[in-house]
Amino acid sequence: MATAEAHIDSHAHDDHEHKDTFITKYIFSQDHKTIAKQFLITGIFWAVIGGGMSAIFRIQLGFPDADLGWLRPLLGKWVSAEGALDPEFYLALVTMHGTIMVFFVLTAGLSGTFSNFLIPLQIGARDMASGFMNMLSYWFFFLSGVIMFISLFLETGPASGGWVVYPPLSALPQAMQGSGLGMTLWLVAMVFFIVSSLLGGINYITTIINLRTRGLSMWKLPLTIWAFFLTAVIGVLSFPVLFAAALLLVFDRSFGTSFYLSEIYIGGEALPNVGGSPILYQHLFWFLGHPEVYIVLLPALGITSEIIATNSRKPIFGYKAMVISMLGITVLSFVVWAHHMFVSGLNPFLGSIFMFLTLIIAIPSAVKVFNYLTTLWRGNIIFTPAMMFSIALVSVFISGGLTGIFLGNSAIDIQLHDTYFVVAHFHLIMGAASFFGMVAGVYHWFPKMFGRMLNEKLGYIHFWLTFIGVYLVFFPMHYVGIAGFPRRYYSFTNYDAFSGFTDLNAFISIAAIITFIAQFIFLFNFFYSIFRGRKATANPWRSNTLEWTTPIVPGHGNWPGEIPAVYRWSYDYSKPGAKEDFIPQNVPFSQTPESNFPHETEEIAFENDIDEIVIDETGEFREEGNHSH
Amino acid sequence: MFGFYLLLAIFLVLGILLVIFRIGRLINVVKSSDKKIVTGSNKVNAILMLLFLIIGFGLMIYYSAFYYDDYVIPVASEHGVLTDKLFWRTMWITGAVFVVTHILLFGFSYKYRYKEDRKALFFPHNNNLEMIWTGVPAIVLTWLVISGFMAWEDITGPAQENAEQIEVLGYQFAWSLRYGGTDNNVGDYDYRLIDATNVHGQDFTDRAGFDDFNSRDLVVPKGKEVLLKIRARDVLHSVYIPYFRLKMDAVPGMPTQFKFKATKTTQEMRDELGNQDFNYEMACAEVCGRGHFSMRKRVVVLEQAEYDEWKAKQKSFLAQNPEFMSAVPDDIKELAIVSSRIDQ
Repeated sequence: MATAEAHIDSHAHDDHEHKDTFITKYIFSQDHKTIAKQFLITGIFWAVIGGGMSAIFRIQLGFPDADLGWLRPLLGKWVSAEGALDPEFYLALVTMHGTIMVFFVLTAGLSGTFSNFLIPLQIGARDMASGFMNMLSYWFFFLSGVIMFISLFLETGPASGGWVVYPPLSALPQAMQGSGLGMTLWLVAMVFFIVSSLLGGINYITTIINLRTRGLSMWKLPLTIWAFFLTAVIGVLSFPVLFAAALLLVFDRSFGTSFYLSEIYIGGEALPNVGGSPILYQHLFWFLGHPEVYIVLLPALGITSEIIATNSRKPIFGYKAMVISMLGITVLSFVVWAHHMFVSGLNPFLGSIFMFLTLIIAIPSAVKVFNYLTTLWRGNIIFTPAMMFSIALVSVFISGGLTGIFLGNSAIDIQLHDTYFVVAHFHLIMGAASFFGMVAGVYHWFPKMFGRMLNEKLGYIHFWLTFIGVYLVFFPMHYVGIAGFPRRYYSFTNYDAFSGFTDLNAFISIAAIITFIAQFIFLFNFFYSIFRGRKATANPWRSNTLEWTTPIVPGHGNWPGEIPAVYRWSYDYSKPGAKEDFIPQNVPFSQTPESNFPHETEEIAFENDIDEIVIDETGEFREEGNHSH
Repeated sequence: MFGFYLLLAIFLVLGILLVIFRIGRLINVVKSSDKKIVTGSNKVNAILMLLFLIIGFGLMIYYSAFYYDDYVIPVASEHGVLTDKLFWRTMWITGAVFVVTHILLFGFSYKYRYKEDRKALFFPHNNNLEMIWTGVPAIVLTWLVISGFMAWEDITGPAQENAEQIEVLGYQFAWSLRYGGTDNNVGDYDYRLIDATNVHGQDFTDRAGFDDFNSRDLVVPKGKEVLLKIRARDVLHSVYIPYFRLKMDAVPGMPTQFKFKATKTTQEMRDELGNQDFNYEMACAEVCGRGHFSMRKRVVVLEQAEYDEWKAKQKSFLAQNPEFMSAVPDDIKELAIVSSRIDQ
C-alpha cells in the first residue's frame, strides 16, 4: 500500500490529487477503479437479495405444504395466518428475482464492474474518457437501485407481472396489486438504469476507440476488451428501445393512451382503449431483451477467454475467430428477438424467419466452444478458482446453448415455450454462465483491485459447491420442462398433468438453497481478504496483459510514470524458445530474439515508431515483474 | 428456547469453521505453499473434474433411462407426433455434442493439469480445424432449420373449411368456450357488449351467432380438424394443452388461432395409461395474475359419432338466455328463433 501511494504522490499528471477527501475518493469518485468496486459491491448486495428471493420461492415450489410462518418477520402480511405464501407475492418474488439478477447483478455488477476496472488498465489509459460521466453512471445505477429497493416494501407489493412486465397485465392496476405503485416504481427505476447503462456504454466505447496506448491496435486487444467493447455497442443500440417501450407503457398507465391496450373488459367494465397492441410491447421489449442476454454473456466470455489462456499457459486458440464470432453474435443478437414470441400470435411467416436467424447464432457460439476446448488441449493447466469457474462457464455454456437449439426451433418451441425447459435453458446460459464469468473475474482480478489475494482453499470449496449445485438445480429442470410443467406457477396441485415430480421439485429446492448458502463462503472470503488477505505480488498469475505492469495497488492515473507501449498481442504464452512461459504485451520483439517468428522479427524495425522512451520504461517494469516470483 | 439453542449452535459451527480456516492459513504460510505455482490442490481439483464428469453422466443416464415414463408425456394430436419427432431428433444430435464436448472439456482439464516438466503447446490457430467446426454445425443446423420450417408451415397453415370452430376466451382466471353450433360458425363479438352473462360479448346482430353455444369442458372430436379461435378479454393468457403439444397466446384486441387434430379419445388415453381417472387438461401458460396457476379446463376427446350426439344435445346461448332476444334486430328475429331452437 505504502509504496503504491508514494507512486501516486510522485505522479505529476494529476493536478486534482490534492483535493481528494473521503467523499471524492470513495463516494463521488471519478476514478474508474473505485467506480468498478462500487459497481461490484452494489452488485453483490443485489445478488444476495435476488438469490434470497429465489430461495424463498423455491421453498414454495419444493414444499408447497410447508408452514412458512417463520418467514413472517421478514415478509409480514405476505405470509397468511395458515403460513402460506401469498400467490401474488410469489409472482412478485419471481419478477423481482428476474429483474434484479438480469439488470442489477449481471448487467451492472458484471459489465459495470469489469468494463470499468479493466478497460483503462488493459488498454493503457489513465482513466475513462470521461470520469465524470462514469461517476454519473454509477450514481444513476445507485438511484435506480434505491427506487427498486423501496418498491419491495410497498403495501401493494413490487411489480409482479414477470420480469418482462407484459401489458396489459402490467398496465392495469385492476389486474393485480403489483401493477399499481410497484409497477410505477419499476418503470422509474428502469429509466434511471437505462441512463446509467448509456452513460457507461458510451464511455466504454469512446475510451476503447480513443485512449489505447501506443502500439495497441484493435487486433492486439485482449479478448476481454473486445467483449466489453461489443457489449457496450449492443447496450447503446438496444437500451434506448427499452426506454421507448417503458415510456409508452408509462403513457398507457398514466395518460390514457392506447399503445398497448385494446378491447379490454376488466373489473366489470369495458375500457375505452382500442387500437393498441400488446404485441408491440413484446417487440420493443425483446429488441432489448434478447441483446440483453449477450450484454450479460459477452463480458463473461471475454473474461474467461483471458483466464483460460493465462491458466492453460497457452495462447487462446483462434484469436481472430473468437473476435469474429463475437462480432457475429453482436450483429445477430439484434435480429433474433422474435424467437421469444413464436406463440404470441406473431405472423407465422415472421416466426420462420426468426427461427432461421436464431439457429445461425449457434454457429459462432459453437466456434467459441471448440476454441476454448482447443485452448485447453495440451496446455499446462493451473486450477486457480478463477480457472475452475471459467471451465465451468464453458460447461454451462455448452449445456445451455444446446437447449437453445430446441427452443429456437419454432415447431419444437410450441410445446416447450414458458415451461421449465426454458427456465433451465436461460438459467444455464444466461444466469450460471454469466455468474461464473463474474465470479471468475473477481477471483482473477481481486489482487489488482485490493492488492491482496483471495483464499484459494475457500475458493475451491465455493467452486465445487456452486458448480455441482448449479447442475443439481438446473439439470433436473429440463425433465420437469419436457414433462410440460409451466413456469411462474405458484402451485401445481390443480392439475393431474402436473401432479408428478413432487420429489424432484423438492430436490431442486434443497439444491438451490444449499447453493445459495454456499455463496456466503465467497462473501466471507471476499470481505475478509480485502482487509486480511495475503498480500498480492505484482503479477500473481504470470499474465501478459497491461494491468499487471501497474503498481500492486495502482493509484489515480494507473501508472506512476509513462504508460507502457504495446508491441505484441496478449497471448504469448509458452512461446517456443522463450525463457519464461509468458511474454507480457509491453515487451518489444527486439528483446526476445530467441522466440520471435519471422514476421515478428520484421516488426522490430517499426518499434522505434511506437516510442523510443518506452523501451527503458519497459525494462523497469520487467524488473518489477521479476520480483513477483 | 429451541430458537436460542439453534442460534447458539450456528454460531458455534461458524466459530469452529473460522478456527479451522485460520489454522489452514497458518499451515500454508509455514509450508510456504503460497509461493509455489501450484499446490497439491491442483491434482485434487483435476481428479475432481474427472469424477464430476463420470458421476454426472452416470446420474444423467440413470435418470433419463429409468424415469423415462415420468418425464415423457404421451402425445394425442397429429402435429404433436411431428414436433415430438423433431424434438427427439434434436435431442440425439445435441445429446451427442453434449457428451463429446464434455468429455473433451473435463478430460483435457484432467489430462493436461499442471506438470512442472511439461511446456504447453504454442498453438494459436489452425484454419482447417476452424473451417471444419464452423462448417459442420452450419450443415447440421441447416437440416434442423429446414425440418423445423416444414413442420411449422404445416402447423400454422390455414385450417380446413369444415374444421370445428371453437372460440376460447381467456379471462382472469378461467376459460370460457363458445362453439359455432350447427352452422359451425362462431358469431361476431364486441367487447363492449360483455357483461356477467354475455361473457364473450356476443353481438346478436350477427346471424351466425344465433346457434352458438357454451360448454363447460372443451369437447372435441377425434380425427377431425378443430380450429381454436383464441381471445382474451383482460390481460394476456395462453392456451396450453400439454398432451396435444398445443400452445398459443390469447391477446386482448388481437384474435389468434391454432388448429389441431386429436388422435386419441379420452377413453383410449385412459386405457393406454391404465388410469380411468385420467383427463386431458388445458392450462394457462402466460402469467396473468394471482390465479394464473388455477386456470384449469377439462378437455374431452370423443369419437366423431359421440361428438355429434353431444353437440346435438347442446342448448344455444340464446335458448338458455332468452332475455338477449331483445338485442336481436327485428328483421332477423324469426331466424334467431329458428336457429337458436329457443322454442324447443
